[in-house]
Amino acid sequence: MKTYKSYVDLPMSPIADVPSSEESTAGWRTHKPVIDLSKCTKCYLCWKYCPDAAIDTDHEGWPTIRYKHCKGCGICAVECPRTCITMEKEI
Amino acid sequence: MTKVVMTGNYAQSYAAKLAKVQVVAAYPITPQTSIVEKVAEFVSTGEMKTQYIKVESEHSALQACISAAALGARAYTATSSQGLLLMHELLFWAAGNRAPIVMGIVNRAVAPPWSIWADHTDSIAQRDTGWIQYYCESNQEVLDTVLQAYRVVESQDVLLPAMVMEDAFYLSHTVEAVDVPPQSAVDQYVPKLKSPWVLEMEKTMRMGSFMMPDLYTEFRYKIAKGMVDARKRIIEADDEYGRRFGRSYGGLVQEYRCDDADVVLLATGTAASTAREVVDEMRKEGKKVGLARLRVFRPFPKQEIIDIASRVRTLGVFDRSWGFGFSGPVGTEVAGVLYRSKAKPLLKDYVVGLGGRDVTPAVLKGMFTDLLQLKGESFETEWVGLKRPEREVGPDA
Repeated sequence: MKTYKSYVDLPMSPIADVPSSEESTAGWRTHKPVIDLSKCTKCYLCWKYCPDAAIDTDHEGWPTIRYKHCKGCGICAVECPRTCITMEKEI
Repeated sequence: MTKVVMTGNYAQSYAAKLAKVQVVAAYPITPQTSIVEKVAEFVSTGEMKTQYIKVESEHSALQACISAAALGARAYTATSSQGLLLMHELLFWAAGNRAPIVMGIVNRAVAPPWSIWADHTDSIAQRDTGWIQYYCESNQEVLDTVLQAYRVVESQDVLLPAMVMEDAFYLSHTVEAVDVPPQSAVDQYVPKLKSPWVLEMEKTMRMGSFMMPDLYTEFRYKIAKGMVDARKRIIEADDEYGRRFGRSYGGLVQEYRCDDADVVLLATGTAASTAREVVDEMRKEGKKVGLARLRVFRPFPKQEIIDIASRVRTLGVFDRSWGFGFSGPVGTEVAGVLYRSKAKPLLKDYVVGLGGRDVTPAVLKGMFTDLLQLKGESFETEWVGLKRPEREVGPDA
């Protein structure tokens, strides 16, 4: 993590060189999505509907949650046509 | 030099061609349409090697230009009135991303009531978006200023977008002879854009990314600094243009017969042209009047205004828009600047020419005459030519 002592140290444009999926926003979450892969058909609607970059796929093409980035909005759980995703209370 | 008879709108198009803009994304709106029609014609005949992107709205037009700038391309667009208002959100994005875009604006009144005529409300209302704002007086100045604007916005210490304004119909659809400078000379004046950063496929980069409260202020301060540096670059670009092409416009404020004037009117846009004639006429009558043309509204020319104010007894301000709730916008800026200076001339603001109402020599002469006899309290505002009832209803706005 870079440290910035003054405005002079900052880039001219607010550019980040890490993908947003690396931003740790997990602390915003009260409920986390958990996928029951036994019901999943790999339709990827969860991936498509995720308003951020919190859903990835593994080497076999199964959807996985990037828990470091997921803010727990629950949209994926609502949109999953086979209700594979449940929101589990964390706090 | 080649002289071409053209409208103010075509002066924008010719300037975009001379600046070799790489991307144009635009949506048509009266009275801007012929700017981008002419650009489309240049592209279709191969005279412009430009990616011309047709979009579904002004919001998308400006977004496409911001994206083009992110890829290191020189971008141009143009709009008016409602179209500019629809761009409002993206105006902040362009400035915040430090995208050096130049946009032609044909100043048109804002609805309702629906109007297509000259009025500065559309661009003045974008004051705080971080865009440099130029107001032109002639078709020649439109062409010259678009080229100057590219030189300014692409300065590495500025990297802020600029609007180049022209009054609806008075310039946009009125023809005059315009000197078109040779391409080779323009190429030297506005060399190829060097972006300090560009998006690349192989590199992870996010633009306009999320910022916590600990550094947001610093990014805004950098924009503020860019505006400070823009002032210097605007003057340099105008001087350099004068040296190369024989025309310059006084940087941010163009003075006319102000040196020994008792009364100066600060005017903007085409009305300044008429005011110049009125100044000459009144000078012949022995009246010591002068004109200061506000060419750049952002960054606001603090030093220039103070300098003029310190030499005159009375300063009049021409506002072709009104800030509902308090004062004409240029009037408030001038008052704000002068409060912090020793110069305290009598100050009066005039709201005039809204929705294309003609600002005739008689109207301007009336303002000068009023300023010459002005005594007492400063900073009243007058709605020039307002059709009032015989018995006034409540206090003045």
